[in-house]
Amino acid sequence: MNSIEVISIISAAFAISFGSLGPALAEGRAVAAAMEAIARQPEAAGTLSRTLFVGLAMIETTAIYCLVIALLLLFANPFLAS
Amino acid sequence: MNDSPFAIDVAFHLGPIAVTQPVVVTWILMAVLVLSSALLTRKLSLHPGKTQAALELLISVIDSHIRDTMQTSPQRYRALIGTLFLFILIANWTSLLPVLEPPTATLETDIALALIVFVATLIFGVTTRGWRGYLRTFVEPSWVLIPVNIFQQITRTFSMFIRLFGNVMSGVFVAGIMLSLAGFLVPIPLMALDLLIGAVQAYIFAVLSMVFIGAAINRESEQLNNDSANL
Repeated sequence: MNSIEVISIISAAFAISFGSLGPALAEGRAVAAAMEAIARQPEAAGTLSRTLFVGLAMIETTAIYCLVIALLLLFANPFLAS
Repeated sequence: MNDSPFAIDVAFHLGPIAVTQPVVVTWILMAVLVLSSALLTRKLSLHPGKTQAALELLISVIDSHIRDTMQTSPQRYRALIGTLFLFILIANWTSLLPVLEPPTATLETDIALALIVFVATLIFGVTTRGWRGYLRTFVEPSWVLIPVNIFQQITRTFSMFIRLFGNVMSGVFVAGIMLSLAGFLVPIPLMALDLLIGAVQAYIFAVLSMVFIGAAINRESEQLNNDSANL
């Protein structure tokens, strides 16, 4: 194993772990806020949950970017001639 | 796990052109969708039977979503949005069938779908508002933001296909890893989660294309509303 492979694996793990931290916290906040809103106004639950789903997908995209970067590092690394 | 999620299997060669497996699966899905819609809508009547009632329910749900999100009458957009939703839904759920892999788990299919939405946004925007009217949306709220507005068009298309690709591909990938680590029948709960994620992603793709097209066609009416409110 040369140093580029080692660095790639470490940075892939780094990317996915720290990249999922932020979205996890953000999704928790979003769901908590939506829960509170539904508890206050149960008749708006349909609109709220639709907006919530779209918002969650938007937030999740950040984590998905990190996943794609990690997989690129592991499987399609441009700096490894293979 | 040696096979990369970015690699594509070639199914067969048509002369010099390599036809890949996702393309074949896409053809199968297209045939299934077209044939089933042709068969199901052959005998439509005023007093609907069970299948027709179910179909009408589906169409009216899509219609009401379009009406709520885009604030216009849905008949112009029903075909595009509904087909996008149904195709992505079925494509995501093909991961349940043996042998088949979902075509949305490859980057190329998702790029094609996102480009369809991008071009549709342009076409609907230009046909409803005219060239000048559509180009004027880039100057709002100020001409300083022209580069930002153009950049936003590109990045939202980019994030649209990366989102779909990442979600579907990671589902298939995780199921594969579980299968190779733990063995037979273990990945089933993950595949059940995959069903949910596939449905949510299809819904989100459809909703986002509605939002984008709605933003391209609707600013005029919003402004009119604001102006009348000011008056």
